Amino acid sequence: MFVSSPPEPAPHANHMVARAVLASELGPDGRRSRVSRLRSDGPLVLRPSHPKGAEPLTHRRTDAARVSLAAGTAGPLGGDDYALSIHVGAGSTLVLQDVAAMLVLPGAGGGRSRMSLDIRVDDGATFVWWPEPIIAAHRCDHTHDIRIEIAPDARMILREEAILGRHGEVPGNFASRLRITRGGAALYDQRLRFGPSAAGADGAAVLGDAGAVGSIIAVDPAWERGAPPADPYDRGAALTPLAGPAIAIGAVAADSLALRRLLVRGLDILGGPWIARHNGKDGS
Amino acid sequence: MDGAGGSAALLLLSDGRLPAGGYAHSGGLEPAVTAGRVTDMSDLERFLVGREETAGLIAAAFSAAACERSRRGELFEIPALEAELDARIPSSELRRISRELGRQLRRAMSAVHPHPHYDALGAAPHQPVVMGVAAASLDLSPRDMALAILHETNADAAAAAAKVLRVDPFDVHAILARMATRLDRLAGEAARAAQGPSADLPAPGSPLADIAAEHHRRADVRLFAS
Repeated sequence: MFVSSPPEPAPHANHMVARAVLASELGPDGRRSRVSRLRSDGPLVLRPSHPKGAEPLTHRRTDAARVSLAAGTAGPLGGDDYALSIHVGAGSTLVLQDVAAMLVLPGAGGGRSRMSLDIRVDDGATFVWWPEPIIAAHRCDHTHDIRIEIAPDARMILREEAILGRHGEVPGNFASRLRITRGGAALYDQRLRFGPSAAGADGAAVLGDAGAVGSIIAVDPAWERGAPPADPYDRGAALTPLAGPAIAIGAVAADSLALRRLLVRGLDILGGPWIARHNGKDGS
Repeated sequence: MDGAGGSAALLLLSDGRLPAGGYAHSGGLEPAVTAGRVTDMSDLERFLVGREETAGLIAAAFSAAACERSRRGELFEIPALEAELDARIPSSELRRISRELGRQLRRAMSAVHPHPHYDALGAAPHQPVVMGVAAASLDLSPRDMALAILHETNADAAAAAAKVLRVDPFDVHAILARMATRLDRLAGEAARAAQGPSADLPAPGSPLADIAAEHHRRADVRLFAS
């Protein structure tokens, strides 16, 4: 808890509750994917989009369905509750990107902000989730909960980046969980906590004095007989095979730019279609 | 309460002198020192707290869960428990070490105190899972086992500190004394989680420990295996 903060006033009932839905399916030609459901809600604005910036797996592919997520307002703020449900239908390819980084802030009335993502990737589908960083602002209290169920013959790559405060700022409390099950069995389950109430997060076993932490998870049934070997390619980063046809790239860095560079290097090591190539002029 | 009479057995299991290979490991401390991230006593304290809150809690919760399931005779739950633990250890090196220690512990316990449940474990079960099964065979409670694991996590690193850092052993044990109530709280948390489904067991990550473990495996000079 943040002991120096004043007693919280009674919260006003102006908290945002948002429930957005996104789904893709294979079109009637059996080749092109299309968005079959797109429901924005309040601050969660989903829009069909064109290729933007660097993309792994789907570089220049015109048969993929692309959607971008934009925050219609600042936040989430303390007390807000956002949820996004995503269904990547059998055989379809969905690319989801963010328009900008997400800044999580404390609310006027205090309270915890929450964002949950419930994602299902069906048989033969490909899901590329390439969001921008989440920035945990000073005194925020945010919980980020991501659950993904992926079918055994589906492919996926996702990136997650958390920044510990805006420039020169001590972050508030941030807790995230990413749980991936494959065919119902656990594949990857990691919770991350930092901020004033996360004891030991600043220790050398967890984050030390880092200002940014991130990972990339790639799942590919082609790795059923063994995922690529471990490669600790930097003092603050390593690519490791998971106990299944998947790899994790974990990186801890001083700031968001250094983190992004480490993650890009990890993808370069993975090679082949996984390298994030630029589709447009965007320099990200 | 069940297991209340098993205090001596608890000491047996949590003693670092049990010939099960734990002495060869620094609990991630040597890799952190090699990486230059632990250089003084305040670094060491933050390291130990962070480790107990993450890898320590996971090991404690999984050993408590294995103990609980073994006590109930629900060994069919063990493979799911193993998969859940795999999913919580992104470092392939740390998974390998956990299974290597599990294999050694099972060998030791099968000789010290045979029990048919050991045969139900796979070829190389995770160490916390074997610990939990061993605890159940000695009629210990899940909370006892969680506390023993948390104690062992600290004790391994504290013993290693004297070898990899220039420290006063009194200072190291002062840290452990300050952490005593934390270990009690974490043991309670682990034991509560052990009552629930395996999917809901704690999953706190330790990114720097994962990265350092992969570097350590490739280090030319090292005193400890991890």
